[in-house]
Amino acid sequence: MSRDRASRRWPVIVTILIALMLMMIPLPNWAESFRPDWVMLILIYWAMMLPRTWSVGYAWIIGIVLDVAQGTLLGQHAVALCFIVFITVRFNLLLRVFPVSQLTATVFVLLALYQFLLFWINGVAGVTAPAIDYWAPVISGTVIWPAAYMFLSGVRYRARSRA
Amino acid sequence: MVASRSNSSNPARIPALGVRVLSLIFLGIILMVLDHRENHLNTVRKTIGTAVYPLRVLVDTPFRTWEWVRETTTARNTLQLENSHLRTQRLLTNARLQRLTALEAENAHLRDLLEARAQVRDEVRVAEIMAVDANPYRHNIVIGSGDLEGVYDGQAIIDADGVVGQVIRTDRHTAQAVLISDPGHALPVEVNRNGLRTIAVGTGELDRLDLPFLPNNADIQRGDLLVTSGMGGVFPTGYPVAVVDSINRIPHEPFADVTATPEAALDKVREIMLIFSTDAAADSTSDADE
Repeated sequence: MSRDRASRRWPVIVTILIALMLMMIPLPNWAESFRPDWVMLILIYWAMMLPRTWSVGYAWIIGIVLDVAQGTLLGQHAVALCFIVFITVRFNLLLRVFPVSQLTATVFVLLALYQFLLFWINGVAGVTAPAIDYWAPVISGTVIWPAAYMFLSGVRYRARSRA
Repeated sequence: MVASRSNSSNPARIPALGVRVLSLIFLGIILMVLDHRENHLNTVRKTIGTAVYPLRVLVDTPFRTWEWVRETTTARNTLQLENSHLRTQRLLTNARLQRLTALEAENAHLRDLLEARAQVRDEVRVAEIMAVDANPYRHNIVIGSGDLEGVYDGQAIIDADGVVGQVIRTDRHTAQAVLISDPGHALPVEVNRNGLRTIAVGTGELDRLDLPFLPNNADIQRGDLLVTSGMGGVFPTGYPVAVVDSINRIPHEPFADVTATPEAALDKVREIMLIFSTDAAADSTSDADE
């Protein structure tokens, strides 16, 4: 059982580290606003598929790391990620039977809610940013979701068949 | 396996999810308040920042390697051309430096006559910007030197042409800096031509600074060079910041609408210089002691 657990944990850790790196990779100026919320996308997937192992606690810790990496208010991404992962875990049974199109629509709503939380916290803390910084990642994240979903499913099945 | 899967897909069996999420969000809010009010959490940030460092290096490495490959594969004649170009440039700079030594001596002499305090010489050290993106809502950069190299909060950063920004946060190996173009950044400047003092505020665009506090009758012209005035106590005096590029005097408004273009290539710099001014370093350590 413990070996099984460990083998299920590695793909998740590696994909999350890759997502953190994708958040840091420099993009040209025009594309910067359109950087998808990689960490959020990947956490949504794993929270949906393995809700018992990857739940709100991990989302919170990863959010703190993201806050430090990006220099935002400490706890901002932690709270936002934590809340979205909570919703995902709460409805994971429902989400798992959704066809991809419907799931993508749900992810759009989740990403919009995530950006709204960040926007709200920024507003309270007095950080102003152009509106494009908030809605552009929602759109790019939704567009990228089906591909990310396929990729992560591939990772998951391969990891399971190897275990 | 089957049993564990059916377990994992039963949301009711995830123990106390609501309680956990509420307490975590509450903890997050406490963290945010502490972080926003005072910088109580600097040690936490530094510890986690050190853990993030390997990731930053991983992100930065391909860019660095690419640069190295490009440098090592540059054709011989290109190098020769560049070399001769640099040589001429050095000659010109040296010629200007000769005058500078004389001027500095004269300046010191005049200051002596006026019984003014002698100007401190700033020590400058080269550092590299890491190819890592920081805060999405701010114009921030990550520098590849940190506490270990003696970088401190509030340190001024310049490039070959002018002021770039200032350090806002340091950890062991890296530091974060805010650019002068950040909308939350204001920089005390003076017009080099006549010593008129004002404040240059970032606009969020890399190639534009705002000068919002100049009255309509202020003596300012297009092409005026703005240099740091040293009034804020962060930046040392006399570094070029920006050139005034548009002045719009609006008769019924108290202030003119003046914008300037930064001298430093804010979006292109890779190598920057950290200014270790002895006064500021002493100040920041005494701040830390308090």
